[in-house]
Amino acid sequence: MDSPILELKNITKLYPGVVALDNVSLCFRKGEVHAIVGENGAGKSTFIKIITGAIKQTSGQLFFEGKEITDNSPQKAIELGITTIYQEINLFQNLSVAENIYYNRYDTKYGLINFKELEIKAKTVLDKLGVDINPSELVKSLTVGYQQLVEIAKSLSRTVKVMIMDEPSACLTNNELKYLFDIVKRLREEGVAIIYISHRLEEIFQICDKVSVFRDGHYIKTMDVAETNKSELIRLMVNRELTESYPCIQLQKGEKVLEVKNLTTEFIKDVSFSAYKGERLGFAGLVGSGRTETARAIFGADKLLSGEIYVHGKKVNIYSPEDAIKKGIVLIPEDRKKQGVFLYRSVRDNIVFSYAPKIANLLGIISKKKECTVCDEQISKLSIKTPSLEQLARNLSGGNQQKLVLGKWLLMNCDIIIFDEPTRGIDVGAKQEIYQLMNELSENGKVIIIISSELPELIGMSDRIIVMSEGRKIGELEGRDITQERILELASETRRIVK
Amino acid sequence: MITETKKSERIAINKYNFDWSSTGIIMALIVMCIIFSVTTKSFLSPNNFANISRQISIVGICAVGMTMVILTGGIDLSIGSLIGLTSVTAATMMSNEFPIWIAVLLTLLLGVAVGALNAAIINIFKVPPIITTLGTMISLRGVVYIITGGMPIYGLPEKFKVLGQGSIGIIPISVIIMVIVFVFGYVLLNKTPFGRRIYGIGGSQETARLSGVNIQKEIYKLYMLVGFLGAVAGMILMSRVNSGQPSAGDGYEMDIITAVVLGGVSVSGGEGKLSKVIIGVIFMGVLANGMMMLNINEYWQRVVKGVVLLLAVIIDIRSRERKSVVKA
Repeated sequence: MDSPILELKNITKLYPGVVALDNVSLCFRKGEVHAIVGENGAGKSTFIKIITGAIKQTSGQLFFEGKEITDNSPQKAIELGITTIYQEINLFQNLSVAENIYYNRYDTKYGLINFKELEIKAKTVLDKLGVDINPSELVKSLTVGYQQLVEIAKSLSRTVKVMIMDEPSACLTNNELKYLFDIVKRLREEGVAIIYISHRLEEIFQICDKVSVFRDGHYIKTMDVAETNKSELIRLMVNRELTESYPCIQLQKGEKVLEVKNLTTEFIKDVSFSAYKGERLGFAGLVGSGRTETARAIFGADKLLSGEIYVHGKKVNIYSPEDAIKKGIVLIPEDRKKQGVFLYRSVRDNIVFSYAPKIANLLGIISKKKECTVCDEQISKLSIKTPSLEQLARNLSGGNQQKLVLGKWLLMNCDIIIFDEPTRGIDVGAKQEIYQLMNELSENGKVIIIISSELPELIGMSDRIIVMSEGRKIGELEGRDITQERILELASETRRIVK
Repeated sequence: MITETKKSERIAINKYNFDWSSTGIIMALIVMCIIFSVTTKSFLSPNNFANISRQISIVGICAVGMTMVILTGGIDLSIGSLIGLTSVTAATMMSNEFPIWIAVLLTLLLGVAVGALNAAIINIFKVPPIITTLGTMISLRGVVYIITGGMPIYGLPEKFKVLGQGSIGIIPISVIIMVIVFVFGYVLLNKTPFGRRIYGIGGSQETARLSGVNIQKEIYKLYMLVGFLGAVAGMILMSRVNSGQPSAGDGYEMDIITAVVLGGVSVSGGEGKLSKVIIGVIFMGVLANGMMMLNINEYWQRVVKGVVLLLAVIIDIRSRERKSVVKA
């Protein structure tokens, strides 16, 4: 076997009071897709940051093509040919595709940028990827999936020897995912070493050659993907038996709770549907198809241009989230960190944030006692893991942060709960808990609306699924009709017609 | 229900890390006091303490409002001009023999109205607070000069001197007002839903909005409160100098902002404590007083104040970086 292109020896990273990585040794080879898995907080990010030079290890050595790197930095890593694709898009939305790909490396003629040359070069890179994007198009006019491809093109416009993909699939729908996999395969054939990080274990079996498991800052083991299976991986990750399954419940269709008619906003057109007591209603579609936007319209987060919303048969006017909450509609937003929790506020503050006026006395002062009682109740009900009520939300894991948002809403006496990507970036164990909670709520007669890019999750958790595309409702599937194929068909077929 | 996890142990260890942002300013204050008491004769006299406390009361009262504004990620540059405006309007009314209570009431209303104007421009036209209040700061100062014709207004009622010059026992009345305002502000920020919303808006405006906060309403309330406090400060200043000075409050916004930042309030919003801001206020007061006693010329005083502001921000950023590294 040839020598590794990248080798890490005895890497330890200490933060004051925390061992983030404990004596990890690992090597990566050319033309190999190497997955790294672990629950949140297992040390994956720290490990990646050390490779990319974003942080420096406390002890241990880093070898690239056999030579030790002692002065690693983001700049140095790029020069060596180590690039990273992050789950968030880091492109300039207001610049063209070509400008983004060659940002700050423009060809100039008499000190002016030679745009023609730039676009030709960009086109070459895009063609190499097999992507059909016009280089002069503005990035903001592309879908998230295509933007992700531009990111990849950007990194391939330099010499790449090691490519790190950090949750590249988090924002992609299944179609776009296939595309991504094709690219990964092509890169592998070209001899690039790929480090692949994902919470979606299925992907690892589809695309990776090797998989390394991390747990609590420790390196556990590396295996050939062919010689392991999902349940073994999960067991190694969480150190306990767990099945990734979707708890099933029997639905008794109750009265109609929510009805929306011809909802139209800047992003969606003429969306109509109803939801019933205790129902779990799923929304499928590609990113940007109008799933999230429909939720935001009902919740009053986007401005309604036309359309009507009925709750319990009564027409309601919703102009803001404030109005929606009063009518019993709540939203758990897709971007937990920016829209869901206050990262720098305590667990207590996050839970009672919206409820606070109700536990204030006549002078408007919040009763500390009531506040703590209320919080403790939610913490035990949702089994939120936190050392204390005063812990900052940012120190909790993704799953527990999500529970904070849920706890905030359960206090508000809501009937309709919209979950937008409820388990994105959440580890396996926490996912199960979230599913369990969703089912409990539905059994208690709440309407659960689920938006998810993970089809198995959506299918497993929904009684009925509405498929969206290009801002319109395309179809509705129920019972046995709900299959992955059928959903994909609906979500993508119309797309072609529209184009 | 509270589970002892590994995390709690981690936090406990972090507690022992020295937090320079809070202790640094107290140490600096103590060192400064020692230097001034050694180098000047009268720094330690009770008289001088009364003096300092009178001087800081105006900045202190406004700092409470400014803290809240900065916590939301905003800023109010117009506060100095508002002090000037309320100071000369109150003086004009009183010298024209308006009953004192009517003059006080109208002045407070004027302050609230100016705050509402700032909020309206921010809310309706989406002008960032720094630009909005820069505009009103310049305009209001113009209004002050128009009202006074550039001349001080004298002939104030004898009784009104009590506000800025009187004291109960040895404690100046203005200081008592400042303490009341601080307690009020502390309760408001830490014990009421309004305070939670202020911190929430600064932490993440979008999260706050999606949690059902009417952001615009809160901005109105907030800037109106700042206007009210500005009017209180304006009248105290007027009473202390026993006249309505057209230049009253000029440049105060910078002292106020510096005091708030020294108190560890993050200019990007969402983080900071009123209890620390009071130390920032005292720091600024002692610094100004000591430099005056040392006869340091006014130009140099400006240089020092600017450097202090920058140092405060640098320490704030450094300590934040260190914290974020710990959590990464």
